Amino acid sequence: MIRVEGVSKQFEETKALDGVSPSVPDGSLTALLGPSGGGKTTLLRVIAGLEAPDTGRVLFDGDDVTRAPARHRGIGFVFQHYAPFKHMTVEDNVAFGLTVRKRPKPEIARRVHELLELVGLDQHHQRKPSELSGGQRQRMALARALAVEPRVLLLDEPFGALDVRVREELRAWLRRLHEQIDVTTVFVTHDQEEAMELAEQVVVINHGRVEQCAAPHEVYDNPANEFVMGFVGPVTRVNGHLVRPHDIQILSQPGEAAKEAVVTRLLRLGFEVRAELLPAEGDPLIAQLSRAEAEELELAEGQIVHVRVDPAQPARVPAH
Amino acid sequence: MSRIGLRTAALGYLAALVLVPVGMVFYRAFEHGFAAAWEAVTTPQAQHAFYLTVLIAAIAVPANAVFGVIAAILLARRDFPGKRLLNALIDLPFAVSPIVVGLALILVWGRDGWFAMTGVIFSLPGMVLATIFISLPFVVREVIPVLEEEGNEQELAASTLGGNAWQVFRRITLPTIRWGLAYGIVLSSARALGEFGAVSAVSGRISGRTETMTLYVEDRFQSFDLTGAFAASVVLALLAMAVLATMLLLQRRTA
Amino acid sequence: MTVGWLTVIVLIPLAAVVAKSLDGGLGDFWDAISNPRAVAALKFTLGVSVVVAAIDAVMGTLIAWVLVRDDFRGKSLVNATIDLPFALPTIVAGLTLLALYGPNGPVGINVAFTQIAVGMALLFVTLPFVVRAVQPVLMSLDPEVEEAASSLGARPWTVFRRVILPALRTSVLAGVGLAFGRALGEFGSVVLISGNLPFKTEVASVFVFAQIESANVESAAAVSVVLIVASLTILLGISWFARR
Repeated sequence: MIRVEGVSKQFEETKALDGVSPSVPDGSLTALLGPSGGGKTTLLRVIAGLEAPDTGRVLFDGDDVTRAPARHRGIGFVFQHYAPFKHMTVEDNVAFGLTVRKRPKPEIARRVHELLELVGLDQHHQRKPSELSGGQRQRMALARALAVEPRVLLLDEPFGALDVRVREELRAWLRRLHEQIDVTTVFVTHDQEEAMELAEQVVVINHGRVEQCAAPHEVYDNPANEFVMGFVGPVTRVNGHLVRPHDIQILSQPGEAAKEAVVTRLLRLGFEVRAELLPAEGDPLIAQLSRAEAEELELAEGQIVHVRVDPAQPARVPAH
Repeated sequence: MSRIGLRTAALGYLAALVLVPVGMVFYRAFEHGFAAAWEAVTTPQAQHAFYLTVLIAAIAVPANAVFGVIAAILLARRDFPGKRLLNALIDLPFAVSPIVVGLALILVWGRDGWFAMTGVIFSLPGMVLATIFISLPFVVREVIPVLEEEGNEQELAASTLGGNAWQVFRRITLPTIRWGLAYGIVLSSARALGEFGAVSAVSGRISGRTETMTLYVEDRFQSFDLTGAFAASVVLALLAMAVLATMLLLQRRTA
Repeated sequence: MTVGWLTVIVLIPLAAVVAKSLDGGLGDFWDAISNPRAVAALKFTLGVSVVVAAIDAVMGTLIAWVLVRDDFRGKSLVNATIDLPFALPTIVAGLTLLALYGPNGPVGINVAFTQIAVGMALLFVTLPFVVRAVQPVLMSLDPEVEEAASSLGARPWTVFRRVILPALRTSVLAGVGLAFGRALGEFGSVVLISGNLPFKTEVASVFVFAQIESANVESAAAVSVVLIVASLTILLGISWFARR
């Protein structure tokens, strides 16, 4: 289990981290989610030991590792661009951690083979990283990090540099891998869909502060503040509150608490429909409904409808 | 200007300035037959000059290679006060006339010098020092761009995997810079083998003792032994071409 | 440790030169460098270096252009020969020019012992600087920019003058700076072909050498200091300029 206590880090003019104290439960898969420059990568690197915090502590299972350099923390780190050892084969890359620990050759060979099989790269073991695809290099970087049996696995935007399709495949693959290898894993991402899909716990970081630290559905349904709500899903503004567009109900007949509005634009996006609405009073808002619902209402641009927030009290956050 | 016109101008300039003159050296060397040329470069004096040249290079180049790698790592990876000064100092040998280098060394190590020591000036150590001075920048300047382009991510990764400083250097840094290092060593060697002015000043040109190949060429010329001068020049020119060929090969490897 | 090595190898010797030059005080320093022969050598060196640098700027850019934009058989060989002046010992360089353009040269031209000879030697040794500085920049130029200019109606020479040349400006200047610095201090290639005639073809470095040989060490040091200052100014000038 990782505990971060009151960590701050200043870079020249920016305060990258401001007294953050998230914790990561044993064996969990945690996402550090936030916009670029928000501090999430800095936090990851502080946990890794690649940056030293100005204040605060980092504890692994109760051991204070704050002053320990990265190579003594027992971590596995996967860099954003994988940092492959370009002059070595895949095999030698994965073996590196064990080689520098002077493990006996047969043991190294066995473990490397095991891992390459696990990540599906054993036919490529003699190749050089330049001959691999992005996704393959990613998996090699993971195997390499896992080879030393780290107590913590840290991933810096692991899927950022990959195509959408590859990204989706690897997400699913990582989740399966995590179930197999029960290592405390923390990954950094700015993609909220990725965080929601993969993580058991999401730490939302913005401007060097932890905005919320909870399970994905919690973060989505009960966002702590305006920022979290807006970052983690689509929002629209109604009556001085932020509300999810799919919590906006469109009625063809006037109903309780419903306002009159005209449909200014209708966007058909696959199975969902996004309607931009202009109420008689108030600011424009966006509603999201399924195709079926839209067809039932016979929605068209220019049509006058009645809108209200779903009376079943969905997530809402005061807006500024 | 037309394409052909430009091409002719460029090639003509190169031919007149470089290609034809170099060709002439070969011609004049073998003017009186291959045997005469061969004899001229295998006299004891010539052989000693050759041996001395190689010896000096064999000392100077590795010294500059080691220094070069260390300095390159410092300049590319670390920040420290006086970094700009260090950078400028390394370029100094490029800016200073070889004669001034010779003078400087005489003033330091010569009979009336600051660290007056016999056996430096007019002798091997002085010539080695001069050669180290003038071939100093090459390895540094070739390795730094490689280090900067690669970034330090691989080294960081190696460190997180448990490697200590030496292991990271030996297994990651060194292999990464190997082509830049090789190229720098080749350039440094070429410069060391071909140095004339600085070595001339500190050596006293004592034939058979402190005479390198380049000094030998001058000696032959001043003694009106033109065949000898040109023949020795051919040897040096061939060495230069070998250096160029090696450079080309290395460039292909890095591409 | 690195700094220590540098200090011993580079700094201390150069400091010794400066110190020696001031051995007899500023008065002696001034006398040494205002000696007519010294002045002649310095003036000639400066003048010929400027001319050579200018020619290098033009021919170097031209050659770089041909190497990058043109294609012909043997181009890579030609490209390799550009580095020959780098690799060839300076004394041999001088000898090669002497072989062709000297007293027994086959073409009947004899420029030995003339100022032209010095110029030629300097052109030889400074050839690669501008070429190698301009080549990579030329190669990385985006052809689309030139195409845009053409499509807007510019003729090839105009495109060159207004689009390409400005982009090359820094690299040409950098190359010229290096060439100039090299020319100022050049010794080996000049020493045979020029005859080293004082007041006519004697360059500063040869003058210094002569002073060393006749044990006028203070005089040698004084003129050396002038040379060092000149080269340093160029070096600093280039790096300051490059940073802009």
